[in-house]
Parts: sequence; structure tokens; C-alpha cells
Amino acid sequence: RNKTTSGREHDVNNVFFDEANKQVFAVRSGGATGVVVKGPDDKSSVAFRMDDRGEVKCIKFSIGNKILAVQRTLKSVDFINFIPDYPHTEFTQECKTKNASVLGFCWTSWNELVFITDQGIEFYQVLPDKRSLKQLKSQSINVNWYQFCPETAVLLLSTTVQGNVLQPFAFKSGTMSKMSKFEIELPVVPKPAKLSLSERDIAMATIYGQMFVMYLKHHSRTNSPTAEVVLYHLPREGVCKKTHVLKLNTTGKFALNIVDNLVVVHHQSSQTSLIFDIKLKEPDCAVNTHQPVLPARSIHPYRIPLADSSSWSVFQPDIIISASEGYLWYLQVKLPPTVNLLQDKGKLMDFLLRRRECKMVILSVCSQILQGGEKGRLPIVATVFDKLNQVYKEYLEAEQSYTAAVESGPSRGSAAPKRPVRTQAVVDQSDMYTHVLSPFTERKGVSHKFIIAVLMEYIRSLNQFQITVQHFLYELVIKTLVQHGRFYMLHQFLQYHVLSDSKPLACLLLSLESTYAPAHQLSLDMLKRLSTANDEIVEVLLSKQQVLGALRFIRSVGGHDNVSSRKFLDAARQTGDQMLFYTVFRSFQQRNQRLRGSPGFNPGEHCEEHVVHFKQLFGDQALIKPSTV
Amino acid sequence: MLMISPRMASGMQEKQYTPSLLNFFVYNPTFGQKEGEEEKKILFYHPSDVEKNEKIRNVGLCEAIVQFTRTFCPTKPAKSLHTQKNRQFFFEPEDNFWIVMVVRNPMIEKPNKDGKPPTVEYQEEEIIDTVYGAVVKQCYSMYKLFNGTFGRQMEAGGVELLIQKLEKFFYRYLQTLHLQSCDLLDVFGGISFFPLDKMTYLKIQSFVNRVEESLSLIKYTAFLYNDQLIWSGLEQDDMRILYKYLTTSLFPRHSEPELAGRDSPLRPEVAGNLLHYGRFLTGPTNLKDPEAKFRFPKIFVSTEDGYEELHLIVYKAMSAAACFMISASVELTRDFCEQLDGLVGPQLTLLASDICEQFTVNRRISGPEKEPQFKFIYFNHMNLAEKSTIHMRKTASVCLTSVHPDLMKILGDINCDFARVDEDEEIIVKAMTDYWVVGKKSDQRELYVILNQKNANLIEVNEEVKRLCATQFNNIFFLD
Repeated sequence: RNKTTSGREHDVNNVFFDEANKQVFAVRSGGATGVVVKGPDDKSSVAFRMDDRGEVKCIKFSIGNKILAVQRTLKSVDFINFIPDYPHTEFTQECKTKNASVLGFCWTSWNELVFITDQGIEFYQVLPDKRSLKQLKSQSINVNWYQFCPETAVLLLSTTVQGNVLQPFAFKSGTMSKMSKFEIELPVVPKPAKLSLSERDIAMATIYGQMFVMYLKHHSRTNSPTAEVVLYHLPREGVCKKTHVLKLNTTGKFALNIVDNLVVVHHQSSQTSLIFDIKLKEPDCAVNTHQPVLPARSIHPYRIPLADSSSWSVFQPDIIISASEGYLWYLQVKLPPTVNLLQDKGKLMDFLLRRRECKMVILSVCSQILQGGEKGRLPIVATVFDKLNQVYKEYLEAEQSYTAAVESGPSRGSAAPKRPVRTQAVVDQSDMYTHVLSPFTERKGVSHKFIIAVLMEYIRSLNQFQITVQHFLYELVIKTLVQHGRFYMLHQFLQYHVLSDSKPLACLLLSLESTYAPAHQLSLDMLKRLSTANDEIVEVLLSKQQVLGALRFIRSVGGHDNVSSRKFLDAARQTGDQMLFYTVFRSFQQRNQRLRGSPGFNPGEHCEEHVVHFKQLFGDQALIKPSTV
Repeated sequence: MLMISPRMASGMQEKQYTPSLLNFFVYNPTFGQKEGEEEKKILFYHPSDVEKNEKIRNVGLCEAIVQFTRTFCPTKPAKSLHTQKNRQFFFEPEDNFWIVMVVRNPMIEKPNKDGKPPTVEYQEEEIIDTVYGAVVKQCYSMYKLFNGTFGRQMEAGGVELLIQKLEKFFYRYLQTLHLQSCDLLDVFGGISFFPLDKMTYLKIQSFVNRVEESLSLIKYTAFLYNDQLIWSGLEQDDMRILYKYLTTSLFPRHSEPELAGRDSPLRPEVAGNLLHYGRFLTGPTNLKDPEAKFRFPKIFVSTEDGYEELHLIVYKAMSAAACFMISASVELTRDFCEQLDGLVGPQLTLLASDICEQFTVNRRISGPEKEPQFKFIYFNHMNLAEKSTIHMRKTASVCLTSVHPDLMKILGDINCDFARVDEDEEIIVKAMTDYWVVGKKSDQRELYVILNQKNANLIEVNEEVKRLCATQFNNIFFLD
């Protein structure tokens, strides 16, 4: 069974690996059988003893370590309860098909499993309390070998004499459904017919959420000179189709892993691995034919130096076991070195954006592009920004429709909305600001022209994807322009509303007035357009001693009745212009008359000192007297 | 220029003469101070065929007037001298260098009976000082754009070089002065900006930045569409005069060859290049010509510490024009021009059609172009933006206005009033011809509106202008 691997270290007799639970079983026999089980996440191993009732062929826990199944003969499988308070004694299930031998078994849930025999499959439910099994379903079919994908609970059977017709079955809580069978194209059709498709050359994997059957097609003298991996897309419903061909460009012994949705092909003789991304389109190849994304590289050792790889066993999706050395590795993709291996930055971004741990690498690529002095960088910068913002926008939209769905409440019939997952590929404006743009603008020796060009390119890209640009980016643009005295540029950007209106931006502009006079006008225009900043406009005008202007403005927007008279009178008095003070004072008296039927100021308005001042200047008679009815 | 006046007098035609250029001269009173060497003061004199002594007399008179009036106000020398027949404008752009322009007042010639010579009536109040004062300043700015300062030429080649340069420049330039059509717009010297949505604007930014990055010789870029400015890498004052040159001189001289017929001699290059419509407006007309010269006009723009000399490359595709400015110390080669053509041509063609599309979409959204009920001129001193519904499209020869010169004169007068005070103001005038003319000044902006509402009263006119501001200028802060 390929599910197990044996080593002869010390007194360990056999080592088994279960792909479903990712557990390693070390089985020692002699007298009673001692078993030690260890999973990758387990802090301590589980150890127990079983009666020695023959050599163990296959041993696996059900999901959650509830029931242990052990195959010792070709006819039956033995079970031991590991549920507390349940009888611990073994019970046995023989296969029901006559004269059939059990090739193996796979757990599909905590208490359901399927026997694979050379004549078909038998689907059982274990009843641990009764220490018996109940057959749920069976199917008779000639089986050469089988593969099981625990992730999707799909079982793949090799049938026919040549073995190249594959029959998948899907399992789901007590049900077993037959999927449509398909044929693997063999490089040579043997005559007379004999088993020609080895289970070693087939692997199942989930890539980008889709199930695939991978076929390692060795080179043949007549056909292709080098080996390739052929991917068959296996949908839950519908027909399985050949969809991708990965060109290995070499021959020899290979093994496959899937890491982070990448197909990794290990080549034994060269001790290197190739990486394929089925989503990367090759412009100069026929559709769905892929070349390796990167040049072949060896696996970087983790903690211990890598010894002889010929004794390795490779398991799906991403496990490599060296039984002789007693190691189990998870294969990982290290992204940082890819940055220098992939010259086409657009392609690199496409590649990185689909990886799990990509954010920091992406940000470092951005910084890297902005360094260096070669020409023609801006188009690359633009491409990279567009790719980032495409993903960013998709996330924002998903988030938006989620919020909308939540707000509109649960609708009948449809499932509760799922909050979109924010993957690392979502690089937002503050990521860019903190890690790329802000350090870039502060770097010495970069021409301000290039800095501004990059910032504008980022803003252009955001706009192109209709993403609202955040204030801190505008601030960065303005800061850079002001630092280099490029006020006229700033003016033009504002004129075309490249820097969108906001109160903070208007305030920032106001603060620039002393260095660049037109900023005042730009700021007032912006406040006007915001139409929610009338108070601010009044403040600005009053601070400029444009008291009449402020008064006229507030009247034109209909806010005259609510403004503080004291504020205006203070400003009018400060100008030292007596006529202005008179005009403003009278204007508020008239307002009071209109609002309250009396020209006097309310005590709450705190205008007493101004009334006194008015009397001093113009005499009592000048005051409007309360009209006598 | 002769204009037939609409006024008819008892069957006999009156002839009306518009203002015209009498003299234009440049002098420096510190030259030729010895008796008998007065001619040396004169650096340029138009018309050149004037007798030497008259030239000396006229220059001497100006010198005397300036000198005399200086005693009254040393800080503000005289700007103009009004006489019955003409008006003189004085301008001292650089220390001791004076430019004087003498304009003959407009006049009406009334024929007399019995074969008597016609009576000439000079309309000495028709000319506005600020308008022609601005024209003189513009003359100098234009000279400076292409030659640098007077002082620079003096340093480079002495007075001989200066005289030579002045002669070369003004001989042609003065022919293009159309004094009869000078008006308020000359005072403003504004720039018309092309209205554009943010996204298209950003695309243009991106284009400019990319070109400047890959052709790093380029120091500054300006981008125009339909003779209106979209982007200037030059500082405002330099752009102002360059814009004037482009829109009143260079562009009108190169009418669209794309619009010309296929067999027209105007489209020699386009036929050979199907990839794009780009072509050089300055420099080589045909890149493929083995004899082609790669010489471009040189311009002078200000820098933090003086001036720099630049090659001016104007490259156009359809209605989009890009001006690239490169340090004059670099020699431009065929190689460079081909590189520029190959890089800019296709991109600019694409951008031009993008802008055109955007423009027509916007027009469609805003509805069929309504003939505005108002005629107005808007100017913003801060960004030099001007907008006029009074002026027709400028052509090489004249600037046509759609209103009567009398109304234009009122606009000029209001402008003078505005210039006198700093405060925001509003002036409403009822013209003789039943038109209402309204001038508004708010902060740095000026707006002039001409309303044709015969029976409207002041309040209605005021309301009407408020409405105009609310519709046309709602995105700026414009005090009512």
C-alpha cells in the first residue's frame, strides 16, 4: 500500500502514514504489538498495545481518533474503539464479496469507512457501541488499485485491464455517489493489453478549490521527448476533462506535491524541483500548456541537512517523509527568492498575488521596483499598481455587498451572507503608504519628478478601479510638492480635482497660504463644494477680516438666523472700521427684530460689551428701539 | 483697418478708422549721451523708414516726458500720454531700456459737401490704457521668451547683437499685432483650460510622466487639447506667454492636416505613417527626409536663479499637442527625434481620441449645447484661467468678438475700476444700447456679464447674474 512505508530502524518493524489524519504509526511487533501514533500538530504521541494477530498491512484512525481500523489479512479489517467508556475489545468485519481480497480501506468520517477490494467497494458504518458494522452501500467493479483524497472524500479506482479508466466515487455522510468515469490517455498502448497505468503516476489534489487528477506522463520514444504532468479537472458533477499540461522538459523519476495551489514536481536525479502555477497563462504557448514559473531549484533544508532523497516518500498534498531518518516534512514555498528569479514583474505580481503569505513580499517587490535607476520603470510601476488594485477592488466590492446583505437582513431561502475573507493579497492604501510610498518619498537622491510620477500613478490606478483615495495619500502628494516648491503643479492637480475635496484637505491648503497665496482660494472653493463646511467658510472669512463677505455668504446659504452675532461683532470691532461695526451691528439688530420681535440681544448671546461700544460710538439714538405696539 | 460703421449720416457714408500702430520703438537713454550721438539711444524703431531726425526727436520727447513726470512720482513712472490724435505707452521692462508704442486714436471721417476735405473726429477716449499697456508688456514678454532679456544680449554680443535681435524679432512680430481687436482679454493674458474628467486627466499625467522618464532629456512638458491647456510643467508666468505664442501664432499656422484632403500637400507624413497621427509642429516637417534639419526654436524660461534656454519641441496628434522642452545645451539629433516620434506618436494619438470621446460624452450628457443667454468673460488671477463666451475662436489674423466694441469698452472700464481697489466689488452698468453690463469681483476672480434684456430693472439683472453664478460657477467660492 502506498499509504504506508516501512523502515527498519532499531526495533521498529513498520511505519505507516495516514494522509487523512496526517499521522505516522510506528508498529512494533513481537508478543503484543506496540503502536505509537504521532501527528504533526500533536505535542505528544499516543501509544497503545494490541494483540499480535498477524502482520499489520494498514492501520488508520477514523477522523477524530475515535475508532482504530487495522488490516491484517486480505479478507477482513479489525476495529478497536477509542471512544472513552466504550468496550475496548477488538471486533472484525470481513468483506462481503466472495473470493475478494481487501486492497485497503479509507475512513470517510468518524464512523464511516469504505473497503476497497479487487472486485469492488463496500461502504460501512461502524456501530462502536454494538461492536459491529452496518453495510450502507456497495458496488462491484474490477479494481487494479485505488487512490483516496481525504480532503474531498473522493475515491478513485483504476479499472480495466490497462488500468487507465478511472472511476471516481464521492462520499458524504452516509451516501456514496458514482461520478462519471474517464480515461487517461496512455503514451503507448501495449499489445497485448496489460496493466499500464501505475498508481505511482497518479495523484489527486485540490488546486484553487478545484479537484484535479494529476497524471505523471513519462516520456516515450515515439511521443514527447520529455515527461509532462497532465491535469484532469474532476468536477463534482459533469465530465472530467484534460485541462492542463505541465512541461517538465526533462526525463527521469518524479514526485508531485501541491503547495499553496502550486504544483511542485520533484526531479530525483537532479535533486531539484519545478514549480507550476496553472493560473499563469503562457503567452507563447498553446492554451493550458505551462512551463515552470521559475527555474528549477533544490529544496531548502529545514534545520537538518537533506540526505539521500531516494528513500523519501511523497504524500499529498505537501508532505515528504523520510522513514529511514524518521522525519516528516511539510513542503513550503519560500516567496522572497522568487522576486529575483522572475524577471517579468507583471507575471511576478500575478504569481505572488495568488500565494498565501504574499503581502510582505509584494510590498518588497514594490519597493524594489521603485529603487534602481533604470529607465522605463513607470510602465512597470503602473502594471504592478493595477494588479494590486484589481485584487483590492474585488475585496472592497465583496465587503460592500456583504455589508449591504447584512443590513438588508436575512432574506428567506438564501443562506446567511458570508463575510469575505481578507487574504494577504489584499494590499490596501495604508499598506502601500506605510511600507512602500512613505519610505520612498523620504529616500534621498530620488528626483522629486519621479516621486510625484509614482504617487500620481498610484492615484491614477486607484481611480481607475474606482477606489476612494484616502487622505494620507493626498497629504503625501502635497507634502512632496510643497517640499520641492512645486506649487503650480499642486494648483493644477487641484484644478482638475485629482486631489478630491475634503475638509482635512481644505484645512491643509489653508495652512499653506503663507507660502503660497492661491491656496486660500483653493481652500475656500473646496469648502464651498463640500457644502457641509459653511461654518468653516465663515471662520476663514472672519479671520481675514472679511466680515461683510462672511455675512453675505451666510445669508446666501440661509444660515443667517443661526449664527452667533457675537462672533461677527467681535470680528467687525477688530477691524477698527466703525462703519463696518455699525453695519454689522444694525444687521443683527434687524435679525433680532425679525426673529423675536425685538432688536435687543439675548443675554445668552453675550453681546453686552458690543452694545456699550455701539452706544459710545454712535449714541443711544442710533440703536433701534423696540417698536411700541 | 477700415470698418464701415453702421451709423449712416444723411445718405453720405461716414468712415470709421480703428486704432492703429503708428510707432514702436526701443531705446536706452544711457546710450549715446554725447551731443550728436543721440541716434545710438535708439535700438529699434518702427516704421524703419522714418527719417533719422524724426526718430531722434520722438525718442527724445518720450525721454523728456518720462524724465519730467518722474519728478512727481519717482516710484511710478508715466505709463501713457494722451493726445488728441494718438496715445503713447511707455514701458521700462529692464533698467533703462524703454519700449514705447504709439497708437493712433480711432477716428471718424465725416465727408463734407461741396468738395471740402472731410472732417476728422478723433475719439480719444475710446482707447483704454490698461489694454494697450498690456499689449506693450506682451510684446516684451514674447521677445524675452525667444531671446531672453535685453541685458542678456548686451552681455553676449553688445549693443550690435541686441539691435540685430530686436530687428529680427519685432519686424515680424509687429505685423501680427492687431490693435483694433485688443480688449480685456489682453489685459488678463489668461489661459483657457480644457475641461476634463479626473480619470482622463490622470491618464495624461501618466503619459507625460512616462515620456519624461524614458526620454530623460525632456525637462518640462506642456499638454494642450483643442488649443486649451491641460497640463503645464512650466511655471505659470512662462506658460502664460508660451500659451499665447502657441495659440495665436504656432497653432493657427498649422491647420489640421488630418482634416485636409488625402491628396492635400499638407499631409505628406501622415500618409506614410499609418500607426499614428503624430507630427512635429516645430523642427523637422518630415522625419524621413534625409535632408531634414533637427533645429527647434529656442525659448527662455525662468529658473530659481535667472533664466535657462530650452529647445521647444511641439508635437501634435489630432487635437492633442504636447510641448517638450529640452535644455538648449543638448544637441538634438535625428535619432532622438525618431525615438520621440516612435514613443509619443502612438500614445498621443490614442490619448487624443480618448479625450475626444470623453469630451463628446460629456457634451451629450450636458445636453445639446444651448446658446448661452449670457455672454460673459471670467478670469481668475490665481491660475490665470479665463473663459469667454464673447470671443469666437481665435484665428491667426483676428480675434472676433460677438458684441459691439462699445460694450467691450465698458468691460475694460469696469476692469480699470476693479484694479483700483482691493475690496470685492460689483458694478452694474446700463449701456446706451439697452444692454446691461455687470462686473463682479470676488477675491481674485473677475466676472463680466453682458445681458440683453431691454426692459429689465436693476433687481432683475442682479437676480439673473446670481442665477448665472449658481449654474456656471457653482463649484467655486464666488461671493454673491
